[in-house]
Amino acid sequence: MSTVHTTSPGDFWETDPHHHEEGASTGIGFWVYLMSDCLMFAVLFAVYGVLSGSYAAGPGPKDLFDLELVALNTAFLLISSITFGFAMLAMFKGNQKSTLLWLAVTLLFGLCFLSVEIYEFRHLIHVGAGPQRSAFLSAFFALVGTHGLHVTFGSIWLVVLMVQISQRGLIPANQRRMMCLSMFWHFLDVVWIGVFTFVYLMGMI
Amino acid sequence: MSAHTHDTHHHDDHGHDGGHDHGTYKSYFTGFVLSVILTAIPFALVMAGGLESRVITMLLVVGFAAVQIVVHMVYFLHMNTRSDEGWTFMSLIFTIIILVVVLAGSIWVMYHMNTNMMPTMDHEALGIGS
Repeated sequence: MSTVHTTSPGDFWETDPHHHEEGASTGIGFWVYLMSDCLMFAVLFAVYGVLSGSYAAGPGPKDLFDLELVALNTAFLLISSITFGFAMLAMFKGNQKSTLLWLAVTLLFGLCFLSVEIYEFRHLIHVGAGPQRSAFLSAFFALVGTHGLHVTFGSIWLVVLMVQISQRGLIPANQRRMMCLSMFWHFLDVVWIGVFTFVYLMGMI
Repeated sequence: MSAHTHDTHHHDDHGHDGGHDHGTYKSYFTGFVLSVILTAIPFALVMAGGLESRVITMLLVVGFAAVQIVVHMVYFLHMNTRSDEGWTFMSLIFTIIILVVVLAGSIWVMYHMNTNMMPTMDHEALGIGS
């Protein structure tokens, strides 16, 4: 240990601050956020898994769910995923107009998804199967509603990003934002796979 | 067009998302087609009333979902073991472990609790059951 003191600290410790390129760690940071979001969904899935049989003598999945509607919603979200992919490819080519166009298409399909989901929720509440009816329905609304909220905020982010790109162009900062939003959007599609499998399909078997 | 080359150049040069793939039209289409197939089969299976065995139908549906999640991870999220020196992959593995513990643990514990606390078990002892 005594040898350490004979030399200047600079030989052992980096005393100068690192100079990272701006936003160099945004990708990994955003990924860690998505993983923590994933854990939140895991808890909601666990709650649903535990309570999915607690109907409180109320309606069950087979009385309530309409698989054709869910298939339509799945298609909307899947198409919006590939259109976002096209927006990313257009961005890498430096084509701002095409990027904005594909983002607008993505937003359109995201809003279609939300409209169908709001229609479904309204219908459920209308027939007396609201979140307060049974533990099963509370867990259902919590899980599917949280996913829907994510899509809502993703859509708001899409609008904001479209404004930013049309004002500033495809600058590095906007490219970084595109990368984050694309991860967020595709992640929501991955969560939706879990939702339609464990909530809708498993409930109807 | 100079802006065009500048932008692409900038991105490759700095490589701030080191090791990330960007995908091509072909890879996105491959992912999309695979996803459509992997979604359509379980939906068709359940809509047609499912197989005779409920358990096999469930296992099939969950299996298709698991494969589709991997397809999304690879073709849409460009997941690989190299990006950010493997840290994204490590955090994914960590998340999957926690996810499995939370899901399997909750359902396992609560299922056994429900089974052991079934009111029917106490009926005879209490003399109120039939």
